[in-house]
This record gives sequence, C-alpha cells and structure tokens, in this order.
Amino acid sequence: MTMITAIISLSKDIMAVEREQDVVPFRNRVKEQAVKIRMGLVNQTKLITAASELVRNMLRYADGGKVIIEVVSKGRDNGIRLSFKDEGPGIPDIAMALKDGFSTGKSLGLGLPGARRLVNEFNIKSEKGKGTEVTIIKWANG
Amino acid sequence: MLVTIQVDLYDRLAIDLEADLVKMVSKTGAKGILIDISAVSIVDSFMGRIIGNIGVMSKLLDAETVVVGMQPAVAITLVELGLPLKGVFTALNVEKGMDLLKSKIQIIEEDDVDTHDDDNSDNLPE
Repeated sequence: MTMITAIISLSKDIMAVEREQDVVPFRNRVKEQAVKIRMGLVNQTKLITAASELVRNMLRYADGGKVIIEVVSKGRDNGIRLSFKDEGPGIPDIAMALKDGFSTGKSLGLGLPGARRLVNEFNIKSEKGKGTEVTIIKWANG
Repeated sequence: MLVTIQVDLYDRLAIDLEADLVKMVSKTGAKGILIDISAVSIVDSFMGRIIGNIGVMSKLLDAETVVVGMQPAVAITLVELGLPLKGVFTALNVEKGMDLLKSKIQIIEEDDVDTHDDDNSDNLPE
C-alpha cells in the first residue's frame, strides 16, 4: 500500500503579468514568499529563474496572463507553487517544446526545458486555441 | 570601460544596454569592457544571451569583455538551465577582472608586435 501525501495550499496570491515591466515586481513577489518559507538562496535563484523563463513565454506567445503564487506544504516540506495561465494559442507539440534548443520564436529554446530542470515538479497542459497552463513547485529543501 | 549593472533588468532594458554598450565601444575605441554583475540576482536565458552577445559584438569591434562578480547561486542556476556562457571571460571581482582584461589586451598587442618582428627577421641574415 502506498501513502500519498497531499499537497496543501497555505496561501494564495494572484498576479497579472501583461507587460515586460510587470516581470521584475512579479519576481520580487515570488522571492518574498520564498524567503518567508526559508528557502535557501540557491533554490530561490533556481525558482525565480524558472519563473522568469515561464513568464517570458507567457508574454511572448500569449500576450501575458496570470500567475498564481502559492505557499504549499506536503508532509514536512514547504514549497512554492506557481501556476502560469494564459489564453494564448496553445502549444501544438509539448514534447517538442520541452526539447533543448527547440524554439518557434527567436530564442535559444532553453525556456521550458531549462525551467523544468530548475524545479522539483513541472506540469504542463495546453490546448490549441484555448491556452496553456504550466505549474511548477520548488520545495524549500528540494 | 566599466559597466555596473545595479538592478535586475527586464528584457527591454537589457536590449538597450546591449545596443548602448556596443555603440560606446565603437565611439570611444575602448579595448576592454568590464561588466560587473555582482548586484544581479537573476540571470535567465534572455539575460545570459544578452551578456554573450555583448561579448561577441565587442569582439567584432576589437574589444575584449570580462564579466565579474557573478553570484555563486547564479552560476549554479545558469549551468542547470543549460547556459554555461562559454564564450565569455569571467573573473571573481573587478580587480581580478581588470588584470585579466589588461593581460588579454597586452597579449593581443604583443602578438601584433611579434608579427612585425618576424617580418623584420625574415630580412635579416641568420
């Protein structure tokens, strides 16, 4: 028998990101929350860098969207969960988009695969014409 | 030329910085650029690409670039992200960066002198 420990949301904050200028305040908000749960500096930096990649994708491909910033806990672990939701064109081929060096834009193609490497949990859902939702979790000690 | 990035830049500012720097190199004929990023807490793929671009562009304009003061957490993150910034020279702090820059510029100048010497020595009987 396996025990599944549920992830509980302890606080929730929603931020709209519609312009490039919103990115730095958004990153600061994530940092505040990460500091609050005593996440170490390296993990903080990884989380914020991943968040920065994902928020850029949202701005570039979907003209922005919103991000839900949550403090979550699972057993004795605390972490930050970020959900990026947009109503953009969606990603036609997620497997391809997760490959290093693949980009439909003019970027390096490191955004999605790089962000995935920097966090502990990474989920992506996308529907063509409806939008994309990327959810990541970084545990304080992860 | 010494550039200190004091705040976390959003993309537009980073692009402006790249353009301004390259223009300044061309205008002043600077031989070296030292970029101090000790106050920068996040370098994502975009910012990393801008730093790489500055290095390549200034090289085309005959200037060397050294990036100094990278925070350890930023270095760890960049490598995991998949962007090890291979084309850029780095040093721990401004002082060491200056030394590196001076040595780079000197080596290039000495190389130039050496070629001239070689040219001359060809004419001299052994």
